Amino acid sequence: MADFFFHTTPGQLLLIVLETLAVLVPLLLGVAYLTLAERKVMAAMQLRKGPNVNGPFGVLQAFADAIKMLTKETVIPSGANRMLFLFAPFLTFSLAMVAWAVIPTGNGLAIANINVGVLYLLAISSLGVYGILIAGWASNSKYAFLGGLRSAAQMVSYEVSIGLVIVSVLLAVGSLNLNDIVLAQRNVWFCLPMFPMFIVFFISALAETNRAPFDLPEGESELVAGFFVEYSALAFGLFFLGEYANMFLMSGMVSILFLGGWLPPLGIAPFTWIPGPLWLIAKILFCLFVFIWVRATFPRYRYDQLMRLGWKVFLPFSLAWMVLSAGFLMVTGLLPGGAG
Amino acid sequence: MGTLSKAARSMLLSELVTGMSVTLKAFFKPKATINYPYEKGVLSPRFRGEHALRRYPNGEERCIACKLCEATCPAEAITIEAEPRDDGSRRTTRYDIDMTKCIYCGLCEEACPVDAIVEGPNYEFATETREELMYNKDKLLANGDRWESVLARRLELDAPYR
Repeated sequence: MADFFFHTTPGQLLLIVLETLAVLVPLLLGVAYLTLAERKVMAAMQLRKGPNVNGPFGVLQAFADAIKMLTKETVIPSGANRMLFLFAPFLTFSLAMVAWAVIPTGNGLAIANINVGVLYLLAISSLGVYGILIAGWASNSKYAFLGGLRSAAQMVSYEVSIGLVIVSVLLAVGSLNLNDIVLAQRNVWFCLPMFPMFIVFFISALAETNRAPFDLPEGESELVAGFFVEYSALAFGLFFLGEYANMFLMSGMVSILFLGGWLPPLGIAPFTWIPGPLWLIAKILFCLFVFIWVRATFPRYRYDQLMRLGWKVFLPFSLAWMVLSAGFLMVTGLLPGGAG
Repeated sequence: MGTLSKAARSMLLSELVTGMSVTLKAFFKPKATINYPYEKGVLSPRFRGEHALRRYPNGEERCIACKLCEATCPAEAITIEAEPRDDGSRRTTRYDIDMTKCIYCGLCEEACPVDAIVEGPNYEFATETREELMYNKDKLLANGDRWESVLARRLELDAPYR
C-alpha cells in the first residue's frame, strides 16, 4: 500500500490530491464558519446575539449564506472587461488557497516542505494584490478603481514591514524552511523575545488582509464596497472566501513565526498529549478571534494615518529592530548557520 | 515628563489595550437582544398601536358619531358618516381610518367622550397591499372584539393619570 503511494506515478498523484483535499476541505469549512464566528463574536461584543435562527445557535447560517450566494445572478457590468472581471476573483481565491501548500501542520507535515517556504508565502501574498488591482480596473467603475488603487497601495506598504519582521525572525532561525522556523522555537516561542515584532507583524497582517481598522479599500462610507462593488453572486463569494482564507493564512503565519506552530506551550506531559495539528489549529483560532476582536473595537483609520503608520512608524521600527537583533545575535554568538 | 509619559503610553499601546478590554468585557455580558417574534418587549398601557372600536358589554357599539375624532385628527385620516337609527339613537354608518395617513398621535382616543375609538397594543398589522390598510367600520369593530380584554385593562391602568 505504501509502495503504491510512494513509488508509482498514479499513486503519487493520488497522494497529492488526497493531501490537498485534507488541507482544503477543513480550510473551506473553516472559512465558512469564520464568517459566522465573526458575526457571533461581533454581536456579543456589541451586546447583541447575532444569527441564532438557522439551526441551534445559528450553525446553519453559513450554509444559508452559501446557498443564497450560489443562487443569485452574476451581473457583469456592460463597460467591464468580461474576461479579467471574471478572472480576478478566481485569482484572489486560488492564491489564498495555494499558499497553504507550505504551511506545516506538524513536524514535516506540509504538502510541500520546501526550503524557501517563507519566500513562497511572501511571493504568494504579494501576488494577491493582482487580484484586487485587476478587479478594480476590470469593473470599469470609479468606486472599484479607487478601491483597487487604495488596496494595492496599502498592501504594498505593509508588505515592506512584514518582510522586515520576517527577516528578523529568519536571522534568529537561520533557515527559510517553515518547518525549521517552528523547530527553532522549541525552547521559547518567538513572540516572547521579539514581542514588539510580534505586534508589528500582527498589525501589518490586519492591514495586509484589509481588515478593520485598516479596511479602507472597502470603506462603506466613501467607496461603497471598494474594489468589489460591481461583483455579485459567485464572483463576490469567491472574493469573500478569498479574504477570509487570507485571514486564515495570516493567522497561520503568525502562529508559525511567533507562536511556535504545532508546538505545545510547554514540552511536558499534559500538553504533549494533544497532537501538534490541534495546537496549530488552536493558535490559528486564537489569532482569528483577535482579528475579529480588533474589528469590534477600533474605528477605521484615515488614509494618511494608515500610510504614516506603515512608512513612518513600522518601517523604521522594524528596520531598527532587525539591525539591533542582528547585532545582538552577532555579539552573543547566537547567530545560527555557522556565521561569524 | 508629560511628553515622556505620553510617548511611553503610545509605545505600550495602552489605549489599544484599554479599548480591547472594554469590548472583551462586553463579550461576556448578558445580551440586550430579545428573540423578537418569540419574545416581545414590554409595552406601556399608553402605547399607541392599531386602532379599535369598542363595544359595551351588552354588545352595543360605543361610538355615538359625535365626529370629535374626525375633527381633531391632524392627519385627516378619519372619515365618518352618520344617521339616526330606527330606535332613534345616533350611530355611524361609515367609520373609516386610512392607516397610511394616520400618524398614531392618539388625539382621536383623547377626544372620544365614550372611549369608543382607542389605539391598542397591536403593532404587527403590516399588510401586503396598500388597500388592506384602508380600515372600515367592520375591521375596526372586529379589532375591538379581538383585543377587548387587553383594551379594558389598559384603560383601567391608565385611568388614574387621565
